[in-house]
Amino acid sequence: MNSLYYQKRLLRNIGNKFFTSLSVICAVIAILPLIFLVTYILYKGGSQITPELFTLEPNPPGDDLDAGGINPALIGTLIITSIASIIAIPVGVGGGIYLSEYSKGGAFSKFIRFGVNVLAGVPSIIAGVFIYALIVSTKILFGSMYSGLAGGMALSILMLPTVIKTTDEGLKLVPNELRYASLGVGASMYTTILKVTLPSAFRSIATGVVLGIARAAGETAPLIFTALFSYYYITGFGDLFYEMGSLAVLIYNFALEPYDAQNKLAWAASFILVLSILSVNIFSRILGAFTEKTKRV
Amino acid sequence: MIKTNKKTPKNIILSLENVSISYGTFEAVRNVFCNFKKGNITSLIGPSGCGKSTVLRSLNRMNDLIPNCSLKGTVLFDGTNIYDKRVDPVEVRRRIGMVFQQPNPFPKSIYENIAFGARINGFTGDMDELVESSLRKAALWDECKDKLNDSGYSLSGGQQQRLCIARTIAIEPEIILMDEPCSALDPISTLKIEETMHELKKNYTIIIVTHNMQQALRVSDMTAFFNAVEYEDGDGGKVGYLAEFNSTKKIFNSPKEKTTQEYISGKFG
Repeated sequence: MNSLYYQKRLLRNIGNKFFTSLSVICAVIAILPLIFLVTYILYKGGSQITPELFTLEPNPPGDDLDAGGINPALIGTLIITSIASIIAIPVGVGGGIYLSEYSKGGAFSKFIRFGVNVLAGVPSIIAGVFIYALIVSTKILFGSMYSGLAGGMALSILMLPTVIKTTDEGLKLVPNELRYASLGVGASMYTTILKVTLPSAFRSIATGVVLGIARAAGETAPLIFTALFSYYYITGFGDLFYEMGSLAVLIYNFALEPYDAQNKLAWAASFILVLSILSVNIFSRILGAFTEKTKRV
Repeated sequence: MIKTNKKTPKNIILSLENVSISYGTFEAVRNVFCNFKKGNITSLIGPSGCGKSTVLRSLNRMNDLIPNCSLKGTVLFDGTNIYDKRVDPVEVRRRIGMVFQQPNPFPKSIYENIAFGARINGFTGDMDELVESSLRKAALWDECKDKLNDSGYSLSGGQQQRLCIARTIAIEPEIILMDEPCSALDPISTLKIEETMHELKKNYTIIIVTHNMQQALRVSDMTAFFNAVEYEDGDGGKVGYLAEFNSTKKIFNSPKEKTTQEYISGKFG
């Protein structure tokens, strides 16, 4: 008879220990890049943060020691991301509602679901080239070529799958009993979705939307083909139809410059970009926790 | 539509004429003829899989929400076949309310839970008064009059179920359908709901599906016993049918069918 006590030298116990430590090591290695990346950017970029950074235009590269600020790029990123959200959120939420609430699992909805998955896997540069071909090179938008508007459209293509998927999945998590309850008191499908189902799924949808925004805000490749870059302040509505700067493209442009001042500006912009995407992610968490609480009051 | 006014007596509010319901190719229940009397509580009893819940859900077109579910025959309510193509299921559900097996309050306040249905039905009167009277009728007012703004989820299971009943009453339906309303509840909550049902009987017609034969005996005037058998032309699966329909007293004391006798004495089910 074997003893009931734990025996260290047993092969299965040694094996168990080995695999436990192996998976712990892998987990640590997996998180290391994130920690290094964030600390390195905080270190390199954080030291460059000055009040002028947020107010000045960037200076054109040259032997100028002062590189200026990132104001146009910062505002540009905000505007382009907003345009993308304005396009992608209604379409995405609407599409998600169709998939989850109206479609009956037929060929059409299967095709859409498949298409959304494919779209999610499309490289971002393809989205840029597509909008370039469709809008920029054809000058279809009132004769303007590279523009903030085109940039927003390219980013909306990248946001769309995230928004559709999270809406679809968020709505599917709403228990059917709730839909029956609403329909059972004589609510129409539309009232049920608007007043009962959507509010119940608000948390997951909002989280998905915010994550979609965070992803879009950091994209570079689609903007190189569509919004291009601008050194100048954004002064009015008309600027939407011209080249528009963004943090991501600013980093791309200035990190490649041979001048130290521009490189430093790129680091500062990286810092701001990482920090804002991080805070957007944290915000989505808080949003989730907050709505969770109010639901149970 | 026309012939029914001649055939069915005035106190019949809802009648099933040769109703068969299928899920896809699977036939759940076959050839049901049944008349529900106004102001009565009718219980539908029978073993699992006999189609009693299916029949209940067909009475206010809740089956529409289940993919592939189809119905043959006619369900006459107020002289109209509610499965007529011109009928709006939303309107049917406003006049025939439903209480479900699991308490399913909205994730809103107690007040809003009741106001929601009334509001979408175009109620323009005094909402506070409606909320109070609905809660009173559902015997819930005393327990929650001080916390109307609390979430419906803060109530116990039995209270939630009575809230769901109050919510259904608030839209002032003519018939209330109940699908095993007490199966998720403890005996004390069950008794309260049964008391509520006795109160409601004065104003509403109630049709209830129950697995609890004592409950059927306690609350109902009429009882329909559903059973399931294998048909020769079927694909081997059991198909539900209405085995016996009579006053509750007769069903429980002197059933005509042998299967009814066996079921109520607990030999199968």
